[in-house]
Amino acid sequence: MELKEAEIGVPPLRRIVVGQETPPIRVAGNLPPELFDREAPAHDDTPIWVEESMRTEDLSIAYGGKVAVNQVSLEVNAGEVLALIGPSGCGKTTLLRSLNRLVELTPAARRTGRILLDDQDVDEFDATHLRSRVGMLFQQPNPFPMSIFDNVAYGLRERGSKRPRRKELEPIVVDALERAGLWDEVSSNLSHPALALSGGQQQRLCIARALAVSPEVLLLDEPCSALDPISTATIEETIVGLRDEVAIVIVTHNMQQAQRVADRVAFMYLGDMVECGPASRVFNAPQAERTAEYIGGGFG
Amino acid sequence: MKVRVPGRPGDRLASLRRTGPASAWSVGDRIGLGLAWIAGISLCVVAATIVGYMAWKGLQFLHLEMLTTSPEASMDQSQSGGFFDPIIGTLLLTVIGIAIAIPVGVGIAVWLTEYGRPAGLARAVESGIEIVAGTPSVVLAIFGLLVFQQTFMGLFSFTAEGGAVFGRSFITAGVMMSVVALPMVIGSTREALNAIPRHVREASYALGKDRASTIRRVLLPSARSGIATGATLGMGRIAGDTAIVVILLGASMTITPEGGFLGLFRGTGSTLTSYVYNNSPAGEGNAPEKAYAAAFVLLLVVLFLNFVVGLISKRSEPKWS
Repeated sequence: MELKEAEIGVPPLRRIVVGQETPPIRVAGNLPPELFDREAPAHDDTPIWVEESMRTEDLSIAYGGKVAVNQVSLEVNAGEVLALIGPSGCGKTTLLRSLNRLVELTPAARRTGRILLDDQDVDEFDATHLRSRVGMLFQQPNPFPMSIFDNVAYGLRERGSKRPRRKELEPIVVDALERAGLWDEVSSNLSHPALALSGGQQQRLCIARALAVSPEVLLLDEPCSALDPISTATIEETIVGLRDEVAIVIVTHNMQQAQRVADRVAFMYLGDMVECGPASRVFNAPQAERTAEYIGGGFG
Repeated sequence: MKVRVPGRPGDRLASLRRTGPASAWSVGDRIGLGLAWIAGISLCVVAATIVGYMAWKGLQFLHLEMLTTSPEASMDQSQSGGFFDPIIGTLLLTVIGIAIAIPVGVGIAVWLTEYGRPAGLARAVESGIEIVAGTPSVVLAIFGLLVFQQTFMGLFSFTAEGGAVFGRSFITAGVMMSVVALPMVIGSTREALNAIPRHVREASYALGKDRASTIRRVLLPSARSGIATGATLGMGRIAGDTAIVVILLGASMTITPEGGFLGLFRGTGSTLTSYVYNNSPAGEGNAPEKAYAAAFVLLLVVLFLNFVVGLISKRSEPKWS
């Protein structure tokens, strides 16, 4: 197999290309090891600043005896995008859902180990307070059946005893829509029903809704799996644009997507954290065999 | 499972022809199909006959002033007035019944879909709904009379001299009517709540909302058209029920308010159903013309409510992909 220079080279990160082939992923399994080793990442992907935002310590989660997440210790840093990858059922979504304690809604789920937000155990927080600091986006766009404005303002209302007025909410709503990259499309019809928007717009509305409560961490659970390629590109652009303001954890099945958006990648397999490191290293020089196989498309 | 396939033995394509012309079917299947056709068509004929006959009879005897004049006790049918009071009675009773049934029914549906614990209690509540739905309304009426004739229930109807509580009024009939409508409201509210995907609830929790505000601000608004459908179906049932009216609304054809606070609601009256009954040859009035006219109006009311149900369900529920 002949490899051209361009193909071996590090795929450009965070380049959103629509209607064009994404850079091919190197097939680690097919490469002789020495060739693989020679391609040490020349690409330095250190973000501007790194500060720990969340951390799990020996986190294990089981559903009625079946272990979904096994002794995982992981840091989530402010200022970067962390991608959780791995085959279906490897526990990445469970791990993600434990970070805002949404996993507690499943009655059979049992958790051991600690989760810390700014060095404080999340169990000490009130769940509603934790969730306003750790936002989440779901696989399916799920705006509420109300107007665009009310969707974004939803998290801000009824926080205290008195109901904030529309005037007070407006700047926050506008700002959140701008950061989610939706403002230009909806500025003239904020009172329209949110469910009339397109799928991609709905998902960006959900981002705006999450951003409006100014979370420190944003959890994304395969946010593009229900979207077309163009909407996916827009969402990815939005994610990359947000990484300096909010720590982002994204679960994805799409390796190209992880390459495009992630600064750091954690590979999980059967509940174990196999490998975690800078995206360029995990993709170009994976340390564990399992990671190399998975990235190369060997299984999953 | 082996399917008996008509056709020549060894015909391997025969299995594909089972959906083909009915001539290839067995005699039993053909008779069954024929009966199904006949059953479907005869239902249409029955429905058309009911509406057509009632329209013919009703329009023949219906005069506009019947809708605006109160019934009078008179042997002379030209002097016995119309059914203005029964129309108002039907509306009033329907409104009272549904006004009670909606909050109670929605509350039960929310509890069942969003809480439903302990499981044993949830099962008990479900059987309760089934029992209520299966109870004949005449039984509900007699039961209501028992309850509302208790001395301490005097507030809801009136207490005669000597301390006997009458037990019959718009309130007492309305309360029992709400029980008639309750299973409809619960059923379609539950259906609407169950149709909301789990991730929509989770999206609300993920924004730091508790269950109560999620229910109030997301789930109930999403279930709005389901609730409206159930309420309208329930209104149709209330408007069409006779037993509760005859037993619990008193025998006066005209609306007869009691004195005091909420006198109208504590008073007695009639509805279109009891008016039809009383004027039919089965009742005491023996004025079939007026019974036909009133029955036609009642049919229009109920058909209109069913039409509204269709409109509401067409206005689709919120859809998440």
